[in-house]
Amino acid sequence: MLRALEKGADGVCIIGCMEGECQFKTGNLRARKRVEQVQRLLNSIGLDGERAQMYNLSSSDAPLFARYAEEMDERIRGLGPNPMKKKKNAA
Amino acid sequence: MIVADKKPVEEIIEYVKDCRKVLVLGCNECVTVCEAGGKKEAGMLASALRMYYANQGIEDAQVDERTLERQCDHEYLEEIRDIADQYDAIVSIACGVGVQFTAEKYHNTTVYPGVNTCFLGATEQRGLWTERCQACGQCILAYTGGICPVSRCAKRLFNGPCGGSSDGKCEINKELDCAWQLIIDRLKAIDRLDLYEKLFDIKDWSTDRAGGPRKVQREDVQI
Amino acid sequence: MSAKTPSKLEKIMAAGHLGVTSECGPPRGSDPEVIKEKAELLRGCVDAINVTDNQTSVVRTSSLATCIHLKMMGMEPVLQMVTRDRNRIALQSDILGAASFDIHNVLCLSGDHQSFGDHPQGQNVHDLDSMQLAWTVRKMRDEGRFLGGDEIKRPPQMFVGAAANPFADPFEIRVPRLAKKIEAGAEFIQTQCIYNIDKFEEWIRQARDRGLTEKCYIMAGVTPFKSAGMAKYMKNRVPGMDVPDEVVKRMSDTPKEKQAEEGLNICVETIQRLKELEGVSGFHIMAIEWEKKVPEIVERAGLLPRPEVE
Repeated sequence: MLRALEKGADGVCIIGCMEGECQFKTGNLRARKRVEQVQRLLNSIGLDGERAQMYNLSSSDAPLFARYAEEMDERIRGLGPNPMKKKKNAA
Repeated sequence: MIVADKKPVEEIIEYVKDCRKVLVLGCNECVTVCEAGGKKEAGMLASALRMYYANQGIEDAQVDERTLERQCDHEYLEEIRDIADQYDAIVSIACGVGVQFTAEKYHNTTVYPGVNTCFLGATEQRGLWTERCQACGQCILAYTGGICPVSRCAKRLFNGPCGGSSDGKCEINKELDCAWQLIIDRLKAIDRLDLYEKLFDIKDWSTDRAGGPRKVQREDVQI
Repeated sequence: MSAKTPSKLEKIMAAGHLGVTSECGPPRGSDPEVIKEKAELLRGCVDAINVTDNQTSVVRTSSLATCIHLKMMGMEPVLQMVTRDRNRIALQSDILGAASFDIHNVLCLSGDHQSFGDHPQGQNVHDLDSMQLAWTVRKMRDEGRFLGGDEIKRPPQMFVGAAANPFADPFEIRVPRLAKKIEAGAEFIQTQCIYNIDKFEEWIRQARDRGLTEKCYIMAGVTPFKSAGMAKYMKNRVPGMDVPDEVVKRMSDTPKEKQAEEGLNICVETIQRLKELEGVSGFHIMAIEWEKKVPEIVERAGLLPRPEVE
């Protein structure tokens, strides 16, 4: 997640299975915790924590996936480009 | 194991904000298990510091990451011998032992702590570590049913419990087990309540931190 | 039991009278008049006055200094000492200091945890625990030696006490714990405030069965409620306190303006009932910031006049 953001990604969206339905039992719950960790870390270094997001989705639910993707897109557009990218381009 | 907790990134940034070349140094032992200073945490901290510098418009900053098997042994610390002096600062996210041993070994390099070292404890569940030992240097667990009043009683009473024990909990915090309730339950379970009746002698604290910095010297293994 | 020290409190109980003590909390400042006023309220109606040692971990004038004021007023203090703030060097030193003023009673306690007080970030010491402190004073007195083994010139002459909470958990070890305190050297015990009289009687019965009341004077602790609110607070908020529902109800059912009087009635009735109980050697009346009511309680409970002893 951090690597992607460091390289200039405007947002990172992690999608896991529905809670309680993880093939690895708690993998999706741990992933959510990781995302929350990253959000806090981003906030504390002056970037927007909202650039990292966690969603849960069933593999057959394409319309919901599309809705989440749009939501993420809107959120990121609202935040504007990742400052890391600007720095890279300027350099 | 030695249990540590992450320091806030803001505090670490405050240490290194004027540095241009920083090494984040993780440790593969205790701090990896308690998810405070292992390889993953070294990666996250290094990445966060890089983004911090970039966001501040500091283009020439370099933050590297490295994780050693241990920072409390000469042989592993030697692995950074050739590179240590290239850095303005090393942020060690090992326990306080690792931070100090790294600093002793690389005398001319600034070493900052990246975690708060907390206690000797166990992993009760994921994300929950609790204290079990204060390394007082003279173990009495044989007489207390295997439960330590020095580390687990808020007043380290040898002849507890105090009057504040209520429903098995400590007076200072309703979520904290009363160590003496645990001791009594355990002595009962192993049919040794007779041990409770014995008055505990006054402790010799000279083997604790009170006696000054301690050492264990073993001639039978020293070469 | 015969008296082993010059303590008036010990002599009174050794002569078979019921002993009466109360307490005086030192002020949060250095004005000696506050101490003197409080102590004067108790003159003539109690045998000795406990002086608390930074109770609830809040900084106050020291127990030792306050005891000296009482002594100079011709009253008998009980020096309370907690093991929270001083190591064995400081504790023994203060015991000698107290002995140099002929303070003849000490109460050994572990002390409330500092997290309850006004300096929760402070370190705590607990080099000794309360039993080990009692043992220390006995060693100093009876063997004339410090813990380190050296001889004491003019050893302290102190009647050694400890606290007991008959209501704390786990109940099954409350009596073995009392036995340990007595083995450690406690000669008198002041108990936690008693509201659950049945449970207290059960505790005393078990103590009698083990012969403990023959070895030690048990002083029953009582505290009058000022209001129904205080009864509820003690029931719900004070660790190790056992206030039965019917006692709280009796206070709540009383009209507000009569509650203080009802609190005193409960206190007096408790003393009257426990006076007859075999194994109870006296009463410790803790009227928290309500010292002026102690004479009334003592009188109504039939404990006046206080006996004179040589």
